Amino acid sequence: MHKILRKTPLSPDVVQFEVEAPLIYNSWRPGNFIIFRIHEEGERVPLTIADSNPGNKSITIIAQGIGKTTKHLNTLNEGDYIQDIIGPLGNPTHIEKFGTAVVMGGGVGTAEAYPIAKALKEAGNKMYAIIGARTKELVIMEKELQGIGVDVRVSTDDGSHGHKGLVTEVLQQLIDEGVKVDFVLAIGPLPMMRAVSELTGKQNITTMVSLNSIMVDGTGMCGACRVTVDGKTKFVCVDGPEFDGHKVDYKELGQRQRIYVDQEKESMERFIHKGGRCQ
Amino acid sequence: MSADENKLNIKERYQIPTQKMIEQDPGERSRNFKQVNLGYTEELAIQEARRCIQCPKPSCVPGCPVEINIPAFIDLIARLDFIGAAKKLKESNSLPAVCGRVCPQEKQCQGPCVVGKKAPPVAIGHLERFAADYEIEHGGQEKIELPPPTGKKAAIVGAGPGGLSAAGDLAKMGHKVTVFDALHKPGGVLQYGIPEFRLPKEIVRIEIEALERLGVEIICNALIGKCKTLDQLFAEGYDSIFIGTGAGLPNFMGIPGENLNGVYSANEFLTRSNLMKAYLFPQYDTPIVRGKNVAVVGGGDSAMDAVRTAKRLGAERAIIVYRRSFKEMPARAEEKHHAEEEGVEFMTLINPVQFIGDEKGWVKRMECLKMELGEPDSSGRRRPVPVEGSNFFIEVDTVIIAVGNSTNPLLTMATPDIKVNKWGNIEVDPVTQATSKPGVYAGGDIVRGGATVILAMGDGKKAARAMHEYMMKKKS
Ligand SMILES: Cc1cc2nc3c(=O)[nH]c(=O)nc-3n(C[C@H](O)[C@H](O)[C@H](O)COP(=O)(O)OP(=O)(O)OC[C@H]3O[C@@H](n4cnc5c(N)ncnc54)[C@H](O)[C@@H]3O)c2cc1C
Ligand code: SF4
Ligand code: FES
Repeated sequence: MHKILRKTPLSPDVVQFEVEAPLIYNSWRPGNFIIFRIHEEGERVPLTIADSNPGNKSITIIAQGIGKTTKHLNTLNEGDYIQDIIGPLGNPTHIEKFGTAVVMGGGVGTAEAYPIAKALKEAGNKMYAIIGARTKELVIMEKELQGIGVDVRVSTDDGSHGHKGLVTEVLQQLIDEGVKVDFVLAIGPLPMMRAVSELTGKQNITTMVSLNSIMVDGTGMCGACRVTVDGKTKFVCVDGPEFDGHKVDYKELGQRQRIYVDQEKESMERFIHKGGRCQ
Repeated sequence: MSADENKLNIKERYQIPTQKMIEQDPGERSRNFKQVNLGYTEELAIQEARRCIQCPKPSCVPGCPVEINIPAFIDLIARLDFIGAAKKLKESNSLPAVCGRVCPQEKQCQGPCVVGKKAPPVAIGHLERFAADYEIEHGGQEKIELPPPTGKKAAIVGAGPGGLSAAGDLAKMGHKVTVFDALHKPGGVLQYGIPEFRLPKEIVRIEIEALERLGVEIICNALIGKCKTLDQLFAEGYDSIFIGTGAGLPNFMGIPGENLNGVYSANEFLTRSNLMKAYLFPQYDTPIVRGKNVAVVGGGDSAMDAVRTAKRLGAERAIIVYRRSFKEMPARAEEKHHAEEEGVEFMTLINPVQFIGDEKGWVKRMECLKMELGEPDSSGRRRPVPVEGSNFFIEVDTVIIAVGNSTNPLLTMATPDIKVNKWGNIEVDPVTQATSKPGVYAGGDIVRGGATVILAMGDGKKAARAMHEYMMKKKS
């Protein structure tokens, strides 16, 4: 059982939790993730580790309420417990001094990009972050990123904050300004990572994307998370989660993410129906 | 029946017919997840026990990797001392209710049973299950006397049958034992792989709880190699370590279309259904595809478990597609038989060459080749060779690939001083199960590749003996 020590809403549907994780707080690296299960009847869902606090033997995770389980998680409060947390899973991000690096975050992906931006900065890179959201109130981690010395550019779909449009357009602007980008890391919705990779592919910029496939165990045992990279099948949980953005088969991954859409809808309706614990 | 009736001569014993296990009706059971085998009544068990001629040099015992004193426990059943029989089993076997259900007895103890020369062999597995279940139902599980604590600590990585067997034996020798497992429930394949209808999870829970009563501590959600290394475990004061991490890396076939929606590994399909209880969706949150036309590729225990699970999830057609012939399928004899009874179709001497999807990426048909048997290969089984131009299609909406597992490299990659062979299996001393890293022992599927529950348990037993010796010699 893992006690929730602190709950901080970051935007209307994104919540940050500090939870006890005695086996993880001192063994994780940026890029690692955990899998959690809220209760006995729950499903196993992966979340990236955003930070840790050795004083409390705790880690920070950030969830966007999309499916039933993440919505349920976001209704939990300080003092509540999460039944299972396993981690650290996956390979840590490869951190080196590339020169100029850009992390691109879409939605909750921005939170996941934060510890990586921090590590890249500490490794001596000149850091930019391009973060996107639907609208101003959904933009997260802007101050935190600025606080660690990252040049942050924002874009929103409705133009309520920063550039109106896509994060790829902001990346293009950056390149047009004459910034020589050596490395891009994109974390966010699939179409965004795909678009970023298409753009950087043309410019020959090394690009990593962090894939969010469906998972069960997260230890390489089931193959639910498989994805085709460079024509070969890889398991996101043990071979990734980060892969060369120019080599991922996005179409297949997009299809595989939709395997359970019907059941997910059913679960969600049942959840809302069952006492409206959902906000 | 009274104990007196047990005074039979050998001839009389041979005349008793073998007693059949009571089973759920096939038509009924192929629609539910309840146990297929319902067990022996006391009467049936006593009758079957009397068939054992109590060989002075029993040929069954060497067939048992955990060295159960088989004639002794059977004799106790024949004498109506069922709890005594269970205790006798537990002296050597930490999980008798499990083994009685899932061991391939035809290849282990029952194969060499002398009665088998003239009649069906004594149903040792059924009797084992009977005694273990009797003890569970009648609460005969009082505390086992333990020797005084040795002050030594052993860590077990992986709570599958191999690890649990080592843990039980070490605890019975007076050591402090901690078991770490990556999943949220202990049991390994017993928990995530073997379905409820063959091995109820309640039975797994009870047998594991009995180990906890011996003082074994079990820590779940602990992926060793990631959250802690073996060297960290030693630094925390463990005196020796057993690795029983299993063969948890599903093999795929490497043919086109394998990543289409609706194509599963047996591990994923079974983990969703068993560990995550997807068969109870939406009460449980984990979803699973309930196919109407399901093909399972393979002929082992996982293939049988997957196809019978698919049937229970509502498949109209559940097919085993296997590249050799029926008799070469490595699955337990009883499971093949049960699958047939439940209406599973067997398409043998057939191998898929590709999976074809619809516009949304869902599998809709598979292309297969007919095979014929050629010369025997290294496994001694005749090698299947494709028949040129015999291609044909099977309409499917779900495919489950059950062509075996490889070893999961996660822990060994984090521990480079443990020697592995070219398949990634840990190399061990065959007598002590010692690895190349001092104080570290290994057994089960991580050493053997895909094997069986009882072979894993036998390895755990051998390792426990060697670990005991190692720890008692070690100064600390
Ligand atoms: C579907 C299926 C059906 C089967 N049916 C039968 C049958 O009827 N009869 C039979 O005899 N055999 C059967 N087998 C084979 C049998 O289950 C295995 O041979 C046996 O379970 C091996 O035991 P093990 O202890 O080596 O490993 P496993 O049972 O595989 O357990 C390994 C455990 O280690 C854990 N683990 C892995 N890595 C780590 C790590 N780094 N840190 C912590 N924990 C870790 C895993 O989570 C797992 O719980 C079947 C196998 C399958 C897949
Ligand atoms: S070989 Fe058969 S008859 Fe002989 S002791 Fe073993 S079970 Fe009994
Ligand atoms: S989630 Fe099971 S192998 Fe990756």
